[in-house]
Order: sequence, then C-alpha cells, then structure tokens
Amino acid sequence: MPASQNKIIVVENLVKKFGNFIANDHLSFDVSKGEIFGFLGANGAGKTTAMKILCGLSHPTSGKVTVAGYDIYTQTEKIKRSIGYMSQKFSLYEDLTVYENFRFYGGIYGLSRSEIHSQTEILLSQLDLSDYKNRVIKTLPLGWKQKLAFSVAIIHKPAIVFLDEPTGGVDPITRRQFWDLIYKNAYQGLTVFITTHYMDEAEYCNRLSIMVDGKIKALDTPAALKNRFGCATMQEVFLELARN
Amino acid sequence: MKAFIKKELFHIFRDYRTMLILFGMPVVQVLIFGYAITNEIKDAKVAILDQSGDVLSSRFVSKLTASGYFEVDRTLDHPSQIEPAFREGRVKQVIVIPSGFGTDFGLQKQVTIQILGDASDPNTANMLKTYTMAILNDFQMQELGKQSLPVDVKVEPLMFYNPELKGVYMFVPGTMAIILMLVSAMMTSISIAREKELGTMEVLLVSPLRPWQIIIGKVIPYVALSFINALLILSLGWFVFGVPIIGSKGFLLIEVLLFIIMSLSLGIFISTISPTQQVAMLLSMFALMLPTILLSGFIFPVENMPTVLQWLSNLMPSRWFIIIVRDIMLKGSGIAYLWKETMIIFGMTLFFIGLSIVNFKLRLD
Repeated sequence: MPASQNKIIVVENLVKKFGNFIANDHLSFDVSKGEIFGFLGANGAGKTTAMKILCGLSHPTSGKVTVAGYDIYTQTEKIKRSIGYMSQKFSLYEDLTVYENFRFYGGIYGLSRSEIHSQTEILLSQLDLSDYKNRVIKTLPLGWKQKLAFSVAIIHKPAIVFLDEPTGGVDPITRRQFWDLIYKNAYQGLTVFITTHYMDEAEYCNRLSIMVDGKIKALDTPAALKNRFGCATMQEVFLELARN
Repeated sequence: MKAFIKKELFHIFRDYRTMLILFGMPVVQVLIFGYAITNEIKDAKVAILDQSGDVLSSRFVSKLTASGYFEVDRTLDHPSQIEPAFREGRVKQVIVIPSGFGTDFGLQKQVTIQILGDASDPNTANMLKTYTMAILNDFQMQELGKQSLPVDVKVEPLMFYNPELKGVYMFVPGTMAIILMLVSAMMTSISIAREKELGTMEVLLVSPLRPWQIIIGKVIPYVALSFINALLILSLGWFVFGVPIIGSKGFLLIEVLLFIIMSLSLGIFISTISPTQQVAMLLSMFALMLPTILLSGFIFPVENMPTVLQWLSNLMPSRWFIIIVRDIMLKGSGIAYLWKETMIIFGMTLFFIGLSIVNFKLRLD
C-alpha cells in the first residue's frame, strides 16, 4: 500500500456533477483502517452518490480518490475485490437457502469450495445461526436476514465494508444486536463505512461526516461534534447543521 | 459464472409456477392450436334436401360424405325445414338437390344445385362452399367421363408443400415463435428486473463480476430452457400431428438458436427500461405477446392486413422467424433462400444489444 499506511480511504476534492446539478461539491475526507465511519445527511444530500463512487458504481467528475490503496479511476477491479457491500434491501435471494446464498456470493468473488465452506461455518456460528443453514431465506425474520446480509457481504474477507442504510425497518433491539456485530468485526480490523438516518446510531460511530447540499459540513468524533455545537445529542447537532 | 448459472437454475426450478409455465405451456399451446383452432374442415354437419331421390343424387351424397369433410346430419323433406335446421346451429350447410336431378343430368341439360351456407361464421361457410363445389366438379367429371364430350377443360389445383391444407403445419412455427419469445424475452426481463427490485443487482455490480458476465450468467439458463422448449414443440408436431421437417434439421436449430438470442437481447433491453418485475411483465405482455400473435402472420395472413399494419408487421421479429421455420420445415429451403430473413433477425439482435448497452452505460454514469 502506498503512502499513508493507516488511511484506507482517501478522498480529495471529489466532485460529481449531473448536468448542472452538483451532487458532491469538493468532498475531502479519509478513513482509517478498522474505523467505523458514519456518513450522515438528509435525503438528497449526496451521500448515496459519494458512496456509489467509492464502490465503483459511478465515476467521479473530478478529484482524487483511493480505496484500499487503489486508484478509483484505474484500479476499479482491485478495489472491487477488497470491498464488501450491503444494500438497504438486504439483498439476499429469498428463494434460496442460507447456505446457497453464501455459496453464490462466495462464488462470484472467486472463493474455492473449501473456503466458502469454512467461511460460512465461521460466519454462521458467529451469528448463532448454524442450525438454520438449510432454511430458505424468506422464512426467516427480518433481523436475521439483516445479519445474514452483513455476513454475506464480508464472506470474501474484504478490507472495507460499505453499509447503505443497513438498519431500515428493524426494531431497536435488533438494531442494537446488529451494531454488536459491526463492533466485533471492526475490532478484528474491518473498516466499516456506513450511511444512516438514525441519530442514535450515529453515536456508535468512531467518526462522523455530516453532508448538507453536497458538501461536508462537519467531520469529527460524535463527542467532539456535540461539544462544538453545544448540543446534548447528535439529533440536535444534525438539525443545527441542516438549519444553516 | 458457474455459481451464477447454478443460482439461476435454482431460482427457476424452485418456483413451481415458473416451471409449469415453462414446460406446460408449450405442450398445451401446441395441442390446443393443433386440435382445436385448426381452420381445416373435418366432418362438418350438413343437411341434404334431396327432391330428386334418384340413383345419381344418392351417389353424389355418398361422394360428399366419403370425402371426410362432410357428415350428413339429417335429410330434409321440405324447404321450410331449412331455416329451423340452421337455427339449431348444428347444421353448417344445406345442399338442395332439385327434382329430376338424375334425368336432367343424363340428358346433359343444365342442372342447378343449391348450396346454402350458415354465414354467421363466414370463414367456415366460405370454405365449406369451396369444398362442396370442388367435390361437385369432381363428381361431374366422373359421371360425364363415362360419356365423351367434345371439349373438356379441366382445372386441377395442386397445393404444394401442404397438399391436405392442414392447419397444424402453420401452427408449429407460430407456436414456436410465441413460446420462445415468451420464455426468452419475458422470463429474462422479469428475472433481471427482480434482481433490480431486490437490490441484489447493486451488490452484483459492486462485486468483481463485470456487467457482461452478470448478463451472460443470467441468460445462459434461459437459452438452454428455450432450446429444450423448441425441441419439445418440434417433436410434438412430429409425433402427434405428423408435421414433417423436410429441410436441414441442423440449419433449423441454428435459426432457432438465433431467434432465441434475439428474444433474449430484447428481454435484456426491456429489463434495462423497467424498474420492477411488474413493469417488465406488462411490457413483455403487451409489447411482445400481442403483436407476436396478431401481427406476425401466425393467425391472420399478413397479405390481408391494411397497409399500415403490414409495415408494422415487418418490425415483428417473429414474422421473419415464422417464415424461416415454415420454409425450412415444409419447403426444405436452405440459407440460399432465407439469408434475407436471417440477416433481419441478426440485425435486430445487434440493435437490441446495442440499445441495452447504451441504456446500461447511461444508468451507471
């Protein structure tokens, strides 16, 4: 890896325009290895656009971006191998079993049969769901699907996992369990890049960036942000920023 | 890629309804079209009002029934019975033989036979009339042939390729076009739209798989299934209805494969413009199925359509495919005769693939 050993995502002056509309206006930030990085913003603030660029789903108009040490313009293929992605719809195949989902996603990342097998065992036992290996996804409760979707996204042991509003429609207890899962994996060195609407969740992140109208308005630890704006909760910080 | 194809097959085989549609439909359609909706005449019910009642008239009636096209439902005694007979609905045609038929015929006088048809179904009435007249002509030749006539002009129509005018022959290419279109285009467009709807498409695009690999992986199972379907239809036609394949079977299968690929690219194109499964389904139904059935010349001959519709039917891939299949199967034509139709389908394939790529790029940008 080049230059900054510790910086796993480096973004400098990222600009994305759709015609005249500027979705991302000179974004600059970096994410360290093993960090849980929260990406907040109202709907339409440009966070999905930025995340798509980082995942290689969209091309930036200008700016310098490296993900996992690879350049976003020239080394997209290598980036794709080092990242995992979980969409807000939990993106599992409902008519396949738990194991078949793991096998499929492992397969498209080029894992061997034995690798898929051992990874599935590890990930399922981590979730205490080993007994449900052969259950069809659609018979499982939403909270389980969410955790499984996360596990599937990291089956190929990526350096970074992108979570796009991963906790939508899930009850607070399940959400709490999901964050336990995130912490456990971050502790093992996984970098987590997460977008969310829930301000209580924002508090769980190591660092946060808050986007308003295509720009990053604030970027710091939750505690520092609350301090700076003199607010008791992230909710208030967010409203304070959105108002201006 | 292998994982992909396997997964796609799981999807298909685990969904019993899809399976039923995939393999039940071709069988049912071929059988329905083959048996029920054929436009050939067989055992049509006729009534005879024989006012002559001589040897010759009964010879004529028995010739009529021996043809296999007609079945004498009843004999009438009086003209007033004609209307009620039609009203009942069973009798499709009444043949009135005038009194003195045999004697007049023998004297070579002018003889008139009246054919009354039930024109509430004009097609059938017309066809029955034609058949009756043909039989009558034949009968006349036969009877007069025993005596010598100074001048004798005979018209001998000869139907090539399908001498018995069997309807089934046309239905095999037609059904094949519909089924392949349905399976290939509709199923692929729905299954790709489903990935979009479930959000799995995003995940696939983030993965190291390239877009073309995703598409190929999704499409290969459907190519295989469509091909099996085509074979199923051909063998049903062969074994159940005795439809021959005169031309090269290899060439026929290559053309079938080309048409399948065309339908798939159309299906991919539909999926690029439809956000959900429902939209994909509706688009395929209305944009593909109905025109395929109505405009391809399968049910209504293209030559009989208004000019505007004839132009439109040129845009129907199935129209060209039906011509190709029919010509190979019934005429034994080869590439020398069918290169134009083949090129048209090939061109359409490239066109839809191109459109899909453009659409796909636009979305990624």
